[in-house]
Amino acid sequence: MADKLRAQQQLEQLQARYVGTGHADTTKFEWTSNIARDTYASYVGHPPLLQYLSIGMGEPREKVRAMMIEKMIQPVGKPPEVQD
Amino acid sequence: MATTSSMFMYALTIQPPTSITQAMLGQFSGTKEQQILTACGSRLTLYRPDSTQGKLYTILAHDVFGIIRSLSAFRLAGSNKDYIIIASDSGRITIIEYLPAKNKFHRIHLETFGKSGVRRVIPGQYLASDPKGRACIIASVEKNKLVYVLNRNAQAELTISSPLEAHKPQTLVFALIGLDVGYDNPVFAALEIDYSDSDQDPTGQAFEDVEKQLIYYELDLGLNHVVRKWADTVDRTASMLFQVPGGADGPSGVLVCGEENITYRHSTQDAFRVAIPRRKAMTEDPDRKRYITAGVMHRMRGAFFFLLQTEDGDLFKVTIDMVEDEEENATGEVRALKIKYFDTVPVATNLLILKSGFLFVASENGDHHFYQFEKLGDDDNETEFTSDQFPADPMESYQPVYFHPRSYENVALVESIDSMNPIMESKVLNLTDEDAPQIYAVCGTGARSSFKTLRHGLEVSEIVESELPSVPSAVWTTKIKRSDEYDSYIILSFANGTLVLSIGETVEEVTDTGFLSSAPTLAVQQLGEDALIQVHPKGIRHIQAGGRVNEWPAPQHRSIVAATTNERQVAIALSSGEIVYFEMDSDGSLAEYDEKREMSGTVTCLSLGEIPEGRVRSSFLAVGCDDSTVRILSLDPDSTLENKSVQALTSAPSALRIMAMPDSSSGGKTLYLHIGLYSGVYLRTVLDDLTGDLSDTRTRFLGPKPVRLFTVSVKGEVAVLALSSRPWLGYADAVTKAFTLTPLNYVPLEWGWSFSSEQCVEGMVGIQGQNLRIFTIEKLTNNLLQESIPLTYTPRSFLRHPEEPLFYVIESDSKVLPPAVQQQLQDKPGVVNGDSTVLPPEQFGHPHGTQYWSSCIQIVDPVTEKAVVFSLQLEDNEAAVSMATVPFTSQDDETFLLVGTGKDMVVNPRSSTCGFIHVYRFQDGGKTLEFIHKTKMELPPLALRAFQGRLLAGIGTELRVYDLGMRQLLRKTQANVVPNLLISLQTQGSRIICGDVQESVTYAVYKFSENRIIPFADDAMARWTTSTAMVDYETVAGGDKFGNLWLVRCPQKVSEEADEEGAAHLIHERSYLQGAPNRLEPMIHYYCQDIVTSIQKTSLVAGGRDVLFWSGLQGTLGMLVPFMSREDVDFFQNLEHHLRNDDAPLAGRDHLIFRSYYVPVKGVIDGDLCERFLVLDRPAKEKIAGELDRSVREVERKISDMRTRVAY
Repeated sequence: MADKLRAQQQLEQLQARYVGTGHADTTKFEWTSNIARDTYASYVGHPPLLQYLSIGMGEPREKVRAMMIEKMIQPVGKPPEVQD
Repeated sequence: MATTSSMFMYALTIQPPTSITQAMLGQFSGTKEQQILTACGSRLTLYRPDSTQGKLYTILAHDVFGIIRSLSAFRLAGSNKDYIIIASDSGRITIIEYLPAKNKFHRIHLETFGKSGVRRVIPGQYLASDPKGRACIIASVEKNKLVYVLNRNAQAELTISSPLEAHKPQTLVFALIGLDVGYDNPVFAALEIDYSDSDQDPTGQAFEDVEKQLIYYELDLGLNHVVRKWADTVDRTASMLFQVPGGADGPSGVLVCGEENITYRHSTQDAFRVAIPRRKAMTEDPDRKRYITAGVMHRMRGAFFFLLQTEDGDLFKVTIDMVEDEEENATGEVRALKIKYFDTVPVATNLLILKSGFLFVASENGDHHFYQFEKLGDDDNETEFTSDQFPADPMESYQPVYFHPRSYENVALVESIDSMNPIMESKVLNLTDEDAPQIYAVCGTGARSSFKTLRHGLEVSEIVESELPSVPSAVWTTKIKRSDEYDSYIILSFANGTLVLSIGETVEEVTDTGFLSSAPTLAVQQLGEDALIQVHPKGIRHIQAGGRVNEWPAPQHRSIVAATTNERQVAIALSSGEIVYFEMDSDGSLAEYDEKREMSGTVTCLSLGEIPEGRVRSSFLAVGCDDSTVRILSLDPDSTLENKSVQALTSAPSALRIMAMPDSSSGGKTLYLHIGLYSGVYLRTVLDDLTGDLSDTRTRFLGPKPVRLFTVSVKGEVAVLALSSRPWLGYADAVTKAFTLTPLNYVPLEWGWSFSSEQCVEGMVGIQGQNLRIFTIEKLTNNLLQESIPLTYTPRSFLRHPEEPLFYVIESDSKVLPPAVQQQLQDKPGVVNGDSTVLPPEQFGHPHGTQYWSSCIQIVDPVTEKAVVFSLQLEDNEAAVSMATVPFTSQDDETFLLVGTGKDMVVNPRSSTCGFIHVYRFQDGGKTLEFIHKTKMELPPLALRAFQGRLLAGIGTELRVYDLGMRQLLRKTQANVVPNLLISLQTQGSRIICGDVQESVTYAVYKFSENRIIPFADDAMARWTTSTAMVDYETVAGGDKFGNLWLVRCPQKVSEEADEEGAAHLIHERSYLQGAPNRLEPMIHYYCQDIVTSIQKTSLVAGGRDVLFWSGLQGTLGMLVPFMSREDVDFFQNLEHHLRNDDAPLAGRDHLIFRSYYVPVKGVIDGDLCERFLVLDRPAKEKIAGELDRSVREVERKISDMRTRVAY
């Protein structure tokens, strides 16, 4: 029992530390949101990629950057209704 | 691992990226001088602005082998030197300083805080430091923030604390700056959104109600922890923060910038807000709101102002008014915020204002600009808007305000710094029949796009070009006295005489100089203190001060054929092959040595070195004979004219020159013997200054004409001017001190000499035909010269005419009003007078129109007219996306230009009404186009290519073959080849290589008899292909959107099977893991950091081997050089290994992991890392060379050979 508890604690610690660490009950919404947020953060973080997007969209880099972070708020739409 | 690959490439950068991620100012040398530090890709570059000439000079460029994400400078209290903090992808914070004495960056601290790589929750995206240099904060886009306390220890060394956490989960950061609070506890301001509620609310209400907050994080220096001191809701659209001066200089706080909104906020003050004025012009949408995308705050003499830039490039001057007390002194209370139009400059990533009155604009796209302030917009008639006009709450309604854009009034452009960023496509071709090909590229975006031609060479500025009465054979310049600063005479030798010109205010002929004018001249020298000598075929004329002339006649029946001189020595060769040597006596007379020496053949050239400082003679004489040898003779008194060493050559030497030049291997100066041959080959060997041995010979073919060599001076260093079919300059590279040979972008010269006068201190004089030319070389740092032709819209692709030296460029821009709509607006009645001026798009950009695309096809003549010769605007909201020239077999092999377009395209998510393929006929030798017809497609065709006298088109996932009909294109066959979107096509024979936007490349074969296209091999890895090129029949090289370069190869057996007769065996083959039946093998893989936009197999220099040349979006030009032998691979692998350890990357990124960013590096050796060897200090070089069992010189030679054999 203690082992299980410890494993549980370790997992929780990991989840708190590394955003996006999954668990047995990860929903599709959580999983896809997490991937989409990682993607947008990567667009913002890699200067050539941001420039590539900005040229494609015909917008200045700063605007594209803000737009991408804005998209991270709700990247895959509304969360699903919670069913009990 | 890399060692198992059978193919090895050496990756080199030809031109580093020029897209500036961040630029900042600082006193990095510790002097009063302000310098500019920029981050371009993985490179840090330090510039010194020259305020007298308005130029920027590069001091140091350093590749950190990591992605530089953010930079910050800080200064400890009481010091005057700025330190640099780098936030990179290494998961570490790096603090470096610039050491001016060594011209190096030195790392002071490297603190690990997280995983490496660019990740969502690993700090690095944002970096800010306290203005007083007491702390810095490094943050990620989401959640994590770390604060480091910076201090000084008892030894006055910089210390850094362990990190203090200020994390907040589920919070996104939009901007982060350090607040100016004087000497109170450091405070950092962040713009944040907390999305925790919106993630839990299925109704979506919480998402609608999300608020953006301005949060102050205070570092309590006493308690050593970070607290959230203040938080307030700000405008939902806000995305930028600017620091407002605090302490004694101002009210402190921040400017929060969002959509049409600039608000002053501070915890102790009221909010003040101004709207961003909108442009008033006939083609401008009066309802469009702007964002601030860049800006800078500048303090001067107690006052301060902001220059903020909108997405259109308009600069606004923003000032803050303070409440005044009874004595009219400003209190710390803000009264109003004011804004007015300042000027329009290119859209910038960073703006920098220098104390010397310059504005540096690091442009997002295109050339960077350096402006000088003429005034600060204090007393002009621009309308000033104040915060009294606008409510502080952004939700309340207000009256928008307008301004009229105008040309520069407050700033004047002083220099434009060439930048190829972004390169949309490039090609290496030789259109001008020069010995080396040129690089053609389409660059830039919008109205600042350009077509660029690059050629290898140094820029020459000509001072004088004057015609002479007849064709001279040689020219010299000389001083009269040794103490003279400048040259006094120009001596010209003709076939039957000599002409002397004096250099003064004017250049005119003089006759009383003592020179013999009736014979041609072989050499001229200023001898001793104040004498001159002239060597002519019949003797040596020694002209002493006061005009007394001593003549040494050549022995009877012999004439002088070659001569060489320096300040104390003269050596001549007679037609009989004898060498006669003279040395100046203590009384200034020339004494002949008794020892003579007869050479085996006819002497073709001689050279004496310069006299080393503190010596009386140069101890070597180099003699070149027509038996293809060069001999080094000793000039020491006890062994005069004795043989020291011999070098055999491939052809007779035409010129020799012994020179002491700076050398990278020894660290000091080394004696070089430069040899030019009649065959046009140039050799450089090292001459041992004790033994006279020759070693380390490097050769280079300069051109088909005999080589002549001359000593000149450029940038205070000696250089060798080598003349063949074109002029070349050999010099020591400014940073590495490695010997570099670069052609001059100048007319071919027959003779050259150094020239120095008051107006032109470091010039050269040369003869070209009957002309005398005087010129200088001002810059040795840039050896790729650019010529630029402006284009109208963002270029998307370009092609060459099949025969003519003409290029066809397709250009398109989204959200730009097409000319037809602009014309409609202009013709509309009721246009107010002041609005009717048409703004030049080069400065103001094209007018914005959300729904529209503007697109055109332009013909560029880069060789003769150097301009756009024809333009064809596309209509109906179509935009060109692809192009090809196709010789249609059905039309008697006539070549047509085909352009693929998309109608009403939306970039994201991808959609369009339909696509078209336009067919054009070349008219007037390709200088105009005739429209034939267009064929509608369901989707825009993103790839077109000629294929066996027909057209291959990629439409969505389909690959189709079309033939040309009378009214439209006729579809012949089609196949589904790729899974997502076909974006590139390559063909050879019946093989078609299809590049997918997401799934790498697929090999397909076209079976003519069955009229079918059958895919037979694809890749195991998902590569987001941007560009591909076939290297050979089986191999494809390509690049992807994440910055990788790769080469894949089809297995031999599969390749052969695909080409077998019939299609049945291919059609019935079983698909393997839901893909094609076979898989390609990865050959090499390399992370090059920039997004590859073009790749091509080509040679870059005359007689050079083929390399893979690539260009990157950010302006990088690079190449992959194939290795010929396994020993070289082993050597460079070892060298790479040692350099990784001994010269670890500055920002703490592991080099091997950096180059393996997405996929482990395979089969590629990083040449840029290997070239770091050249800039190491001597002990480090010796250590590495020792471990490699080679001498430093050998290692350097191998490194430089890898580059110079195939490129620049």
